[in-house]
Formats: sequence, structure tokens, C-alpha cells
Amino acid sequence: MKFAILAFPASNCELDAYYAITDILCEEAALVSYDSDSLIDFDAVIVPGGFSYGDYLRSGAIARFAPIIPALREFANSGKPVIGICNGFQILTEAGLLPGALQKNTVAQFICRDQQLIVTNNQSPFSNLYDEGAIITLPIAHGDGNYYCDTQTLKSLEANNQIIFRYHNNPNGSVSDIAGITNQKGNVLGMMPHPERAVEKILGSDDGRQLFTSIINFIKTGEVAFHE
Amino acid sequence: MTVVKVFVNYKESILNPEAQAIQQALGRLGYENITQLKVGKTFELTFSDELTRAEIVQEVNEISDRMLANYNMENYTYEIIELEGMS
Repeated sequence: MKFAILAFPASNCELDAYYAITDILCEEAALVSYDSDSLIDFDAVIVPGGFSYGDYLRSGAIARFAPIIPALREFANSGKPVIGICNGFQILTEAGLLPGALQKNTVAQFICRDQQLIVTNNQSPFSNLYDEGAIITLPIAHGDGNYYCDTQTLKSLEANNQIIFRYHNNPNGSVSDIAGITNQKGNVLGMMPHPERAVEKILGSDDGRQLFTSIINFIKTGEVAFHE
Repeated sequence: MTVVKVFVNYKESILNPEAQAIQQALGRLGYENITQLKVGKTFELTFSDELTRAEIVQEVNEISDRMLANYNMENYTYEIIELEGMS
């Protein structure tokens, strides 16, 4: 199984993701440059965190026009798993692969700390090895992590079980405590917390590990059905 | 030569934490009569004479929709300034 990890100018979590996939989960991974145009031969894509293009204009707003994006769109449309973490989440919303947008935290600060999350849906390719309702701890590190969508979009996220993670004690003002959502088909996840930074106890938490093993489990067994 | 100024701002329904922080800081400085403060972005686009005014309008709408504004949170307006004899 092979993961593609996208690297944009000023991505800065791509090596953490690479380390998590290869050294910890013992799967294959390759960094794919923003100026590539193909994701053939990959089984899953990680859009990592960072400050792509310096967060100029809006977080993720320039990266969404990078040469790799059409291939990413095609990959996502084919139903294969895509996960955007932090800036990756911002890029996926800007690209229209996920609904809503991320704006500045309501508290006037960049937040960098461990954060408790609630697994609100464990029937997804990204969460099938967690218990439903489990409280897990992952690091957050963001200034623009305040998820916003209009009321109608929120209703449809809830109706389709697209909210995978919620914050326990909302740190940033996100609508409905949202920390991570999928697209309607269920194969594209965006989340602000960093599972790749929590894959071994020595890092403070290994609660992020099951997210990646969930993806691997999903690809190997195909057991989690998409919510069509 | 034509200059187009595009103004992007948050929709009325969106709370802008940045604007709120600035307004509160102004309040601490004693400027207490400001009832609302908005923070937005201005883009100034200078077009060559290759395009007609209608084509410029079309392009500005397209650019704003695709990149300058995020329709989830933001609105945009623009003004067109024609500079005579500057080209």
C-alpha cells in the first residue's frame, strides 16, 4: 500500500506524515511535489499541514491552484481516501473538495497544544478502528482553525454523518465544535488536529495511530461502506 | 489603461475575530464611539488596453469568484477607473 504525501512551498508537516506512515505503520509513502501532475499508483493521499504559499490571500487559497490539484481532484472523485490535515484541511475546503471554510480563531491567538476530541462517527474509512464516542488526544497548532459553514450545510453534514471529530471544549470557535469532516461520499477527510504528530507514546500521545490504521484497514478490506 | 479596485469583505452574517480584536483595542485607547469595524482586503488590478470594458468586467468577476473572495465567508465589490492617455 502506498501513500502520497503532497508537498507545497511552505508545507511543514510532510516529513512528520512520512515518518508516521513509513517508520511507525510500516507502509510505503512518497512525497509528491506540488508541481507534479499525477497520483497514479497511490492508494491514499495525505495533504499535510504547514503554511502553503505563506498563507497568502487566505490559508490554502493559492495551493488550491497548484498543478497537482487536478490529479488530487480526480483521485478524490475515484473514491480513494484523501486526508487533509490542518493546512491540508484548508486547502481541501478552498478547492471545494470539502464544504465550508476555515477562518481565524475566535480567541485572538495561534493555538498550539494538546486537544481532546470526540470520535463522533466511527463508520468512516478514517475512524473505523476507534470506538464511537471515544475521547482521544491530538495536538492542534493553528491560527485559522475556526470552521465555518452556513446552517443549511451544517444540517446536511449532520444528516449525512459527515462530522467525524468534534472538539471537547471548543478551542477556536468552530461551528458545532467541528474538528474534522468528510465529503458527502465519505472518502475525503479534513481535520485541524494533527494525527501524524501523535503516533507513539514518546510524542505524548499515540491516539493518531488508529486513524492511519483505519485507512489501511479500509483499503485492505474495503469494509467500511461509503455513505452514498 | 484601466484600473480595477476589488474590495473583499466578510459577509454580514460572519463574525470576524480580527475586526473584533481591533475594535476592542481601539476601545481601550478611548475610541468608544465606533459601533462597527470591518477589516477587508483591497486588490488593485491594472489592465492593458487589450480588453474592452465588458471583457474586463467579466474577467474581474471571474477572478473574484475563483480566487480573491471565498464565497463561503466573503463578498466583493469593485470599482473601475479608466485612466486616459496613460498607456
